[in-house]
Amino acid sequence: MKTATTVGIQKKQFAFHAGLQQFLAFGSLILLVIFFSIASSNFFHFSNIVGILLSTAVIGVLALGATFIIVTGGIDLSVGTVMTLSAVMTGVFITMWGLPVWVGVIGGLLTGALCGLISGFVIARLGIPPFIATLAMMMIAKGLALVISGTKPIYFTDNEVFMEIALGSVLGDLIPGFDIPNAVLIFFLAAIIGSIVLARTIIGRYNFAIGSNEEATRLSGVDVRKWKIIIYMIAGLFTGLAGVLMASRLNSAQPALGMGYELEAIAAVVIGGTSLNGGKGSIVGTVIGALIMSVLTNGLRIMSVPQEWQTVVVGLVILLAVYADILRRRKA
Amino acid sequence: MSQTVVRMEGIEKHFAGVHALKQCQFDLRAGEVHALVGENGAGKSTMMKVLTGVYQKDEGRIIYHGNEAHIPDTRTAQKLGISMIHQELNLALDLTVAQNIFIGKEPRKAIRLFLDDKEMNRQTAILLKQMNLDIEPTALVSELTVAKQQMVEIIKAISYDSQVMIMDEPTAALSDTEIDELFKMIDQLRAKGVGIVYISHRMAELKRITDRITVMRDGTYIDTVNTAEVSIDRIIAMMVGREIYQPAKPDRQKSNDQEHVFEVRNLNRGKGVKNVSFTLGKGEILGVAGLVGAGRTETARAIFGADPIDSGEIFVHGRKVQINGPHQAVMHGIGYLSEDRKHYGCLLEMDVKTNVALASLGKFTKFFSWMNDKHMASASKKVVEDLKVKTPGIGQMLKNLSGGNQQKVIIGKWLTRDCDILIFDEPTRGIDIGAKSEIYKLLESLAAEGKSIIMISSELPEILRLSHRIIVMCEGRITGELINDDSATQEQIMTYATDRIS
Repeated sequence: MKTATTVGIQKKQFAFHAGLQQFLAFGSLILLVIFFSIASSNFFHFSNIVGILLSTAVIGVLALGATFIIVTGGIDLSVGTVMTLSAVMTGVFITMWGLPVWVGVIGGLLTGALCGLISGFVIARLGIPPFIATLAMMMIAKGLALVISGTKPIYFTDNEVFMEIALGSVLGDLIPGFDIPNAVLIFFLAAIIGSIVLARTIIGRYNFAIGSNEEATRLSGVDVRKWKIIIYMIAGLFTGLAGVLMASRLNSAQPALGMGYELEAIAAVVIGGTSLNGGKGSIVGTVIGALIMSVLTNGLRIMSVPQEWQTVVVGLVILLAVYADILRRRKA
Repeated sequence: MSQTVVRMEGIEKHFAGVHALKQCQFDLRAGEVHALVGENGAGKSTMMKVLTGVYQKDEGRIIYHGNEAHIPDTRTAQKLGISMIHQELNLALDLTVAQNIFIGKEPRKAIRLFLDDKEMNRQTAILLKQMNLDIEPTALVSELTVAKQQMVEIIKAISYDSQVMIMDEPTAALSDTEIDELFKMIDQLRAKGVGIVYISHRMAELKRITDRITVMRDGTYIDTVNTAEVSIDRIIAMMVGREIYQPAKPDRQKSNDQEHVFEVRNLNRGKGVKNVSFTLGKGEILGVAGLVGAGRTETARAIFGADPIDSGEIFVHGRKVQINGPHQAVMHGIGYLSEDRKHYGCLLEMDVKTNVALASLGKFTKFFSWMNDKHMASASKKVVEDLKVKTPGIGQMLKNLSGGNQQKVIIGKWLTRDCDILIFDEPTRGIDIGAKSEIYKLLESLAAEGKSIIMISSELPEILRLSHRIIVMCEGRITGELINDDSATQEQIMTYATDRIS
């Protein structure tokens, strides 16, 4: 039996460690920003910061979806190419079929959601491990994107409205001089919605419960298979959104792009402190993780570090972030 | 015989604010079986982890064969001849018996370039023969029963020339016949002069197998006694330091003419469940006895929908129901408490609140599946108060609670979900004696409130103490049913349990 005092101490430690996870990632981000600001006078400029945010938007939205999957203890390797497929489908709807922009956007979102639904079904109903199921989905989506587009990019020529989705600035219209692109705004809005869903709704609760102990959750009378399919579908919705943003930003759907984005998204999630074992993680962490990656590549580029070396540094940062997490856990 | 192998004195150990061991001592003689007992959290395993180099003592001395020993890691302990047989076995399931025993010290040939499998299997065969074990050196460990796997682990320890062997709950997963085999093996080890530290919650075993007993409580050393000179009651009193709840037998009038809330007819599932039929009354505790592997857990899981059934009918409140998964069982008011709490019962890394609400999250939502945390908090506070869960708060992670309190939280989970048919699979496994009686009280009061309980237990005293009615299973079938009156005895249950159907 524990005395009241020892239990009190344990409780304090617990609260301390939970807070530490967010604090460490956020602290590193601030330190990086300060470091690059001192190292180069070109870094802390409004236009550069906006550039960083814009380059974070697509990977960031992708990483939001990946967070949902990784919290369940799963993995989604298909987000990169499903994003491309969504972009291509948006191009098919708008450019090839001449449908209104909003139909194309919804078509893109639904493409992502449908792919998520299929992955979820294969994983939850057929019992194929997430790694394999989404590896297959990665190939299928890549192939379909190439087939549907005829291996050539689909351009949204002269479609001002579609380009505005990512590169216009609603905020700039409201507040003159505050020209933050819509893509950034959409990223943050998506993050807020994702954060609410994960932290405040029943979907999020089941998400964490499944990641924490899937079998115990099932034996508590939770229809784990149903919820997993729903969770993969939600993640797919984010992937579809990333596809639309990507297409709008490039003003084209590039069927050959996309491979490798899934790993960057996973990296952002992991740097943000979400455990690959499932059961632990947060959207805020993922947003910070994605920002750390863009700040790092942007800052290194400004300091004229060759691109090849930037990649090496990002790799080291991933190791560092996960090792810090392990150290923290060991102490806990 | 009475030469001391290892002596631990004045051991002190602190963990971040917790004083885990206070001036503890322990000594082990060659060729003796020395039990180390105490409630969970008494410091038994911490003490043994200090001895095996998992933890470092803050203060104190370890004298090994007359010299002070420094044990900085488990490898050093192993080299000295101190081995631990863990409750969860440390074997590579896909390797053979011989490969497991010689792991890390495989015989080699041709200037040590190649493995000498022949030699390894030969040596293994000798070791196995010495202990009179009928196991093939080339058999895959995954094909052995848990009992045999344990024997392999013990042989592995012998192959290190162990003079001190620590066995942590070695009988927890064994059937009675297997326990007999284990005890025979322990006798042989004793004859070879190996000192054995025997950690167990099962009091009856201590009388059978041990020479001396050391009792620990709350991180302190209480006393060491000769087994022959004390009663089990005395040991238990030393362990808990307080009175143990001793109930009368259950109120047996309950089991007459009451409504059947639950019935199973001709349930079949694989080899584990064959033609199982029984009924359960309102407010009744139905004990399910049997040996390990009799199909009790399999039956429970099949009823609960955790595993698909081959055939059979289930009736709840007289209505036939289809159960295709735990989520459907729960809708009919059936809750299942697994024998393996850590893996199948609780979310260890989540707090009390989430664990209590897990089975009924839908009840705690507002609009758009938005969680109502206040509602959830008050429900779990109620569970903590009603079931007297010892926790600093509902925000505490479940892994920081003791086994008994985890069990209470899981009971609370089903009560929150309004389940009135509860299947308890080994409700007191891994729970210390003091907390056991609390769980017993809880089960009795649940039954008194009108909940119907199916209680699977391998401990016959537990079955006889709580059940109104008892069914006994053997090899997937129900082989006996008895009303728990004065005529019901452990012997009678054992007869049914070993009844082999040709």
